[in-house]
Amino acid sequence: MENSFTSRFRNIGQYGIFLAFVMICLVLALSTPRFFTVSNLMNIGTQVSINALLAFGVTFVIITGGIDLSLGSMVAVTGVLAATFAHPDTYPLIVPVFIGLGGGLAIGAFNGLVITKSKVPPFIVTLGTMTIGRGLALILSKGRPISNLSDSFNFIGGSNLFGIPFPIIILVFAFVICSVILNKTILGRYMYAVGGNEPAARASGIHVNRVKMWVYTICGLLSAVGGILLTSRITTGQPNAGAGFELDAIAAAIIGGTSTSGGTGTMTGTLIGALLIGVISNSLDLLNVTSYYQQVVMGAIIIGAVVLDSMGKNKN
Amino acid sequence: MTHPILQIKNLTKSYSGIKALDVVQLTLQKGEVHALMGENGAGKSTFMKILIGLLSPDSGEIIFDGDLLKSKTVSEISKMGISMIHQEILIIPELTVAQNIFLGREKEVFQNKTGWLNDKNIALKAADLLTQLGIEIDPKVKMKYLSVAQMQMVEIAKAVSNNAQVIIMDEPTSAISDKEVSTLFKIIRELKNKGVAIIYISHKMDEIFEICDTITVLRDGKYIATKSASELDKNSLIAMMVGREINNMFPGPLIQKGDVALSIKNLGKKGKFSAISFDVHAGEIFGISGLMGAGRTEIAEAIYGLSKADSGVIKINGEEVDITSPQDAVTKGIGYVSEDRKKLGFIPQLSVVQNLTLSSLSEHCRGIFIDNQKEITAADQMINELKIKASSRNQKVTHLSGGNQQKVVIGKVLAASPKIIILDEPTRGVDVGAKFEIYKLINNLAAEGISIIMISSELPEILGMSDRILVLSKGIQKAILSREEATAESIMSYAVH
Repeated sequence: MENSFTSRFRNIGQYGIFLAFVMICLVLALSTPRFFTVSNLMNIGTQVSINALLAFGVTFVIITGGIDLSLGSMVAVTGVLAATFAHPDTYPLIVPVFIGLGGGLAIGAFNGLVITKSKVPPFIVTLGTMTIGRGLALILSKGRPISNLSDSFNFIGGSNLFGIPFPIIILVFAFVICSVILNKTILGRYMYAVGGNEPAARASGIHVNRVKMWVYTICGLLSAVGGILLTSRITTGQPNAGAGFELDAIAAAIIGGTSTSGGTGTMTGTLIGALLIGVISNSLDLLNVTSYYQQVVMGAIIIGAVVLDSMGKNKN
Repeated sequence: MTHPILQIKNLTKSYSGIKALDVVQLTLQKGEVHALMGENGAGKSTFMKILIGLLSPDSGEIIFDGDLLKSKTVSEISKMGISMIHQEILIIPELTVAQNIFLGREKEVFQNKTGWLNDKNIALKAADLLTQLGIEIDPKVKMKYLSVAQMQMVEIAKAVSNNAQVIIMDEPTSAISDKEVSTLFKIIRELKNKGVAIIYISHKMDEIFEICDTITVLRDGKYIATKSASELDKNSLIAMMVGREINNMFPGPLIQKGDVALSIKNLGKKGKFSAISFDVHAGEIFGISGLMGAGRTEIAEAIYGLSKADSGVIKINGEEVDITSPQDAVTKGIGYVSEDRKKLGFIPQLSVVQNLTLSSLSEHCRGIFIDNQKEITAADQMINELKIKASSRNQKVTHLSGGNQQKVVIGKVLAASPKIIILDEPTRGVDVGAKFEIYKLINNLAAEGISIIMISSELPEILGMSDRILVLSKGIQKAILSREEATAESIMSYAVH
């Protein structure tokens, strides 16, 4: 009896972030009538979608004990790349989309390759790629925004399907695939093993470098999806887009319970982390709080979430 | 008789209704070496944690030097004179020996109120202390350059400098060589002469009888008895610990050997070992013995692909193979149980099931997807076969006892169905009951025709288990002894030369 009770109690602790999220939503729904409207919720979903995509990618990376700081730059490069091939009456839609995705894949694989071959810490490698990526975006666009994109390209980020904005559909789709990869596949299990104890994972016969190649490449691919969505939504390829996105994505993963020391984390946690960030900035908007204060609030929430998490761990 | 330095009466401690310690007692005289024995989970660590102030007991009293100790903090207790030498040594590797010895106490020891440090004084004082104890270590050397045994001696010196009256040693010999053990014992005798009392925790029977005056046995949290070491022998002590008699630690001799399964020719690695050649037959238990640093683990790692040998040929079933990584080794049917299970054995955050299937995951899959049912079935089979005790199959391995963690690591290796298994110190830090089970398991595996290479520092273990024993000294192969030729003396005479 006591066992099942204590384990249930512990589970509640595990879902603390989820409870906090639900409670904040309830408070907002009661205090600002505009919060709980279909249009506002769709709005939040759309705004959250890009950060959530990047956060899914970086969750894989952080679970293996790594980090990726180049997400924001990859958003810019892939967005600019796609925009270059998305002018009206040039190529069919598939071309800019695939070139954008290919760009993300290539940069992600580059990160993975350097990290696994050189043994330089991921923090430093991706810090370098972050700067390289920003430079590449400026070179490709000659420093100017690329506008005049085709209607079909702009359709990706701006349209609805059965009343649901397309970015939200992509978000749900990516969430399902990422959860399945993490929970149901060999690759997912190996990610936890590598992040939990890398030498033991290697000694168990796991191809550690291959796992790392995968996570950085997937992270690049998801950044590219984010880059294409953003470019399509703002109907321009912006070389300066995505600056600081990597920090929001890492924040979402950490708020969602992913440990920066590796070995633990879930996609559901990260999704809630991203939603929590979205809901809070939306509500601060609704309450007319200036964006300066919003940053202070967001930072406090990141620290608070991790403090709560580590307090829970110490109790166990 | 003088009054005892430490007296513990009726100590009780429970965790959520389960009694970890149930009316335990212990009396320690000055200059006494007192062994605390019991299987893993008998309550030794809880007992010691209470004694050094990490836990508070539910009831009972601790009387130290005539004073009742009550709700004291760890640092208060260590200042009063009770120190513990931990199994995992707590040091700052980048600081020198001297700096480590006086760490945190610089102000008191050197009566320095300003906060400035004089490293020369610290080193002089440390040198003085070390010579007093007969420890030959340069106090100006950085801690990271010392061996495990030397670090332990520094810890002991630190305790002595802190005026320790009682020193608790938790498995002090689990990671050091036989030669270093005798140095340690010399220091313990030195401490005894100074009147320091020692609580000595170890699983190694021979040591207990060599160094200890008195033995207290715990079982399942209960106090069993305290006896003078001279009244007991190995078998009666084991019987007290496990509550039943284990007559023969090393079950059953061997069945017939098959063909040569693994053949090593002239294996060498610069600075580690050279010209190593041996064959292991199917169904054979091949022991590798030698002092710490003789190159035993390095040879195992080279065969398993964890590091690369510079020269030599490895053949499996007569075919030359090139093993460049552990993945290679696993696919070629080699399994490896490392001597360092925390570092190379298991993934602490993963469950018992997930650890057990880690090396054989692709067999429990449909395509790239893990088949949960298959995985659980395979893991449950291992849990039953190896008698792994966990609260559930989903318990994290980090929360298991040492013996059960070791069984999980062995289970992980077995799940990949290897034909050749390298066991590096398979019973290190494992209690007597689990040890016996591991020995039985090794014999069963050999009987199934699996070739086993067993590396061990424990002479009784390697003598009791092996069909043949290779003895190494400083990376050089000194002899391969048959079961008949091998004795503790013959092995040691090759190992020290």
